[in-house]
Amino acid sequence: MGYPHTPHPRETQVLSTHFGDPGARTLQGWRDRGGYTALEKALKMDPVEVQNVVKESGLRGRGGAGFPTGVKWSFMKPDGKQHYLACNADESEPGTFKDREIMRWTPHALVEGVALGAHAIYADTAYIYVRGEYTEPVARLEQAVREAFDARILGDDAMGTGRRLYVHVHRGAGAYICGEETALMNSLEGRRGNPRIKPPFPAVAGLFAQPTTINNVETLTAAPHIVNHGAEWYKQFGRPNNPKSTGTKLFSVCGNVARPGNYEVALGFPFGEFLWDVCGGAADGREIKAVIPGGSSVPILTPDECRTAFMDYEGMVAAGSMLGSGGVIVMDDRQDMVVQIARLARFYAHESCAQCSQCREGTAWTTKILERIRDGQGVAQDLDTLLSIADGMTGKTICVLSDSCATPVVSGLKKFRHEFEAKLKASPNVVSMAGASRGGGSMAARLAASLDR
Amino acid sequence: MADVKQITLTIEGRPVTVPDGTSILEAAKHAGVLIPHYCYHPGLPVAGVCRMCLVEVEKFPKLAPACATAVGEGQVVHVHSPKALEARKGVLEFLLINHPLDCPICDQAGECELQDYTFQEGRAESRYLEPKRWNPAEDFGGDVLYVTNRCILCTRCVRFMDRAAEYPVLNVSERGDRAVIGIHPEQDLGGNVWSGNVIDLCPVGALVSKDFLNKARAWELDHAASVCPGCTQGCNSVLETRDDTVVRMRARPNEDVNQYFVCDEGRLGYRWLNRRDRAELPYVRGTSGALDPADWDDAIARAAALLEGRRAFVLASPTLGNEALHLLARVAERTGGRGVFTVRTGPEAPLSGVEDLALRRDRAANVAGAELVGFERRSAAHVLDGLTAGDALVVADEELADVRVAVPAGVPMVVISSAVPAWAAAADVVLPIANMAEEDGTFTNLRGRVQRFLQAKSPPGLSRASWSVLGDLLAAMGEGAGYWSAAEAFDALAAAHPRFAGLSYDTLGLKGQVLAEHGAPAEPAAVAA
Repeated sequence: MGYPHTPHPRETQVLSTHFGDPGARTLQGWRDRGGYTALEKALKMDPVEVQNVVKESGLRGRGGAGFPTGVKWSFMKPDGKQHYLACNADESEPGTFKDREIMRWTPHALVEGVALGAHAIYADTAYIYVRGEYTEPVARLEQAVREAFDARILGDDAMGTGRRLYVHVHRGAGAYICGEETALMNSLEGRRGNPRIKPPFPAVAGLFAQPTTINNVETLTAAPHIVNHGAEWYKQFGRPNNPKSTGTKLFSVCGNVARPGNYEVALGFPFGEFLWDVCGGAADGREIKAVIPGGSSVPILTPDECRTAFMDYEGMVAAGSMLGSGGVIVMDDRQDMVVQIARLARFYAHESCAQCSQCREGTAWTTKILERIRDGQGVAQDLDTLLSIADGMTGKTICVLSDSCATPVVSGLKKFRHEFEAKLKASPNVVSMAGASRGGGSMAARLAASLDR
Repeated sequence: MADVKQITLTIEGRPVTVPDGTSILEAAKHAGVLIPHYCYHPGLPVAGVCRMCLVEVEKFPKLAPACATAVGEGQVVHVHSPKALEARKGVLEFLLINHPLDCPICDQAGECELQDYTFQEGRAESRYLEPKRWNPAEDFGGDVLYVTNRCILCTRCVRFMDRAAEYPVLNVSERGDRAVIGIHPEQDLGGNVWSGNVIDLCPVGALVSKDFLNKARAWELDHAASVCPGCTQGCNSVLETRDDTVVRMRARPNEDVNQYFVCDEGRLGYRWLNRRDRAELPYVRGTSGALDPADWDDAIARAAALLEGRRAFVLASPTLGNEALHLLARVAERTGGRGVFTVRTGPEAPLSGVEDLALRRDRAANVAGAELVGFERRSAAHVLDGLTAGDALVVADEELADVRVAVPAGVPMVVISSAVPAWAAAADVVLPIANMAEEDGTFTNLRGRVQRFLQAKSPPGLSRASWSVLGDLLAAMGEGAGYWSAAEAFDALAAAHPRFAGLSYDTLGLKGQVLAEHGAPAEPAAVAA
């Protein structure tokens, strides 16, 4: 459903069916709605069978990277080692709030998915790492886990199968970077949340140096539906000519949009129809100027690009962006793109873990330049410098936070360069702050130039 | 090594074969190619954070960090390709935008990797138009000052304190460009005797020595490979001098002894090498009863005459080299006397994360050497027991600061020393010798490793190398013809003592060799660069 709105007829509700329905939150309520039948079924299956049905369904990671879930699970072999499942509920990508609604309204759906996933990867222990700011979702989730333990759905004899399944809820402390899978593992271990160098990959040495799988909330919540209804059922959702993207996906829509909220549509849904029909277009009768389709880390799209794009992994890449986390940020014609992009850059500068030189220094430098341009202090070479810094920040660091900061800058400069240039033109290039503008010609030279004028 | 798979790859067009699992960065060293890096250090766990060592590996989609990428069969690595150079240029610019250009007042200037690599391949001009970040400097305790603004957050210091010292008081505090190296609120580096190594490890001037602060410019220093005289561990060191004064001592890598480290007691213990109250001339007690300056020949002849017909009771310092101790032992043996030594002790302080490395209880370098050539270890209170009238006392570089033992009347005393302690005013002959920084020689450490130290500065006045003086004394007593070099003196020792057999001064190299009966037979020494 387009929660908090009534469902739009063109939505395909699978995960969001019970959004807004407080009855679904309790164990009994969840059972009444068909809950835990998938887990019961899965626990009687061999993990490989579970992996195979998920592999067959085409389910891909809903956190942003889109890695095929079944394939990821199949990396985990019954090698006798301690395995872990980590559920990434550190939903911190600006513009993304789909996992929040899953946890708020259907916490048992996640618990079920986590238990099922743990079974599928031969793990007896799973951690759900929840974003620290998510106070209500944490409370709901903890309540659900407690109920599941009390009902022996979890514990040493999960659902009477003799299978040991423990699920722990862990609250983050407010760092965006802890949503990066290896940083999340460090944070779970009690270390500073810094991303790790790969290799080793988590499937080899992850949490506590043991084989670990990390899945997003939405991915794990989708898995029980696949086990219940089969791979073929799941594959019916999607563009017929694109078998690589199947199933439904939640999209969090925010910004200057008539009906913001969470929408669940089949992958491959036409983005134009989604924006203007399902979500009602821009708010207040304005025009849409720009859309970030997949969370703040993906390239910005223009309205024209949106009209022809399809909402699946390949469709968004074809349109020049990425599906990402499904966080759709809509900006209308009142928005100043320089202000918006500067704000995004500031976010990344604030959240950089400070390990890699390019990211630690580059995100902050980018922010300073953008804010200077925003404040009318830009100089002609700033735009070239921005692009050059962005190039230095892309593809060279341990994780992709650095790239994520560079992405909106590069796409913004490509598509809205005129707005930046207008700010530069308006700028009298007066140095109003001591030291604000070293270099780019000496202060004396500039003074001389301004006197000539 | 034979069972480890060997991998052959090409780095900058040079084929190189290394064991499987070696990093590209280490393999490149074998190929003679230096891949610029900051956070990587061979003695610390890999962090892979500075991103300076990015290299282009053919068939890899992205540039690879050479420190964290293992070699692969047939890999072709380009270190200086345009793509790799561009990436490193970018890193250098990022590191420099907030780095103060205070090289003229920075102790690291001249030995700074940021300065060197920037000069080598960085941008000539900055594009940074914003005000630079500023944070106050902070006293980290011990000998360490943290100049926050110069820090490039390579985290070598954090990893050293965590993993080598196992005294985790440093961390990275804050995130983004606000990040700095943070220190425990109640503990500091003063609590660990190995913490000074973070100064050597810091690739820039962020962690500087308070002791060395503003003392000298790096390029004014002369460097001599040496061995720390402070305890029996025998850490390899570099003595750095300016105008014949030792101004700094640092670790010299030796995987078999001290890895890359040296303790603070050793690091800061160099001052006695510069003491000013030195014996600069030979002295002989004259007819008036006073000690008069004499020339070397007369002083040596007088000393030999005093020892004639007497048993020499030799009290020697275990900070003397093997050569001097051997010659002193010869003096005792020839006269039917004996050799004794005493050694100052202190608590043992291991570097917990590194095997068999500690500040040892015995706070002198050559205890093993002294015992091997026949000296007897004694407590300070009993060091002169058995010295009787009719003997002659030979005191070799031992100050006996803690000893309150009266020398019996009628015992002539020969003092062979780099300094004349007050109590030695009773000496009949004073022969001034060089201290260990002023001569070549060898020490034997507690594991039986014989290691050379090289002369770092010139001895004052007419003082001479210990083995030279003692060689002449023995010659005057009728044994041998003296020595012209430490090599000759050492080879004489090797010929005389079965334990030193097979060793030769020339093949000791700069990393030393182990005595034949200490574990493995002596291997040919690897000569350090």
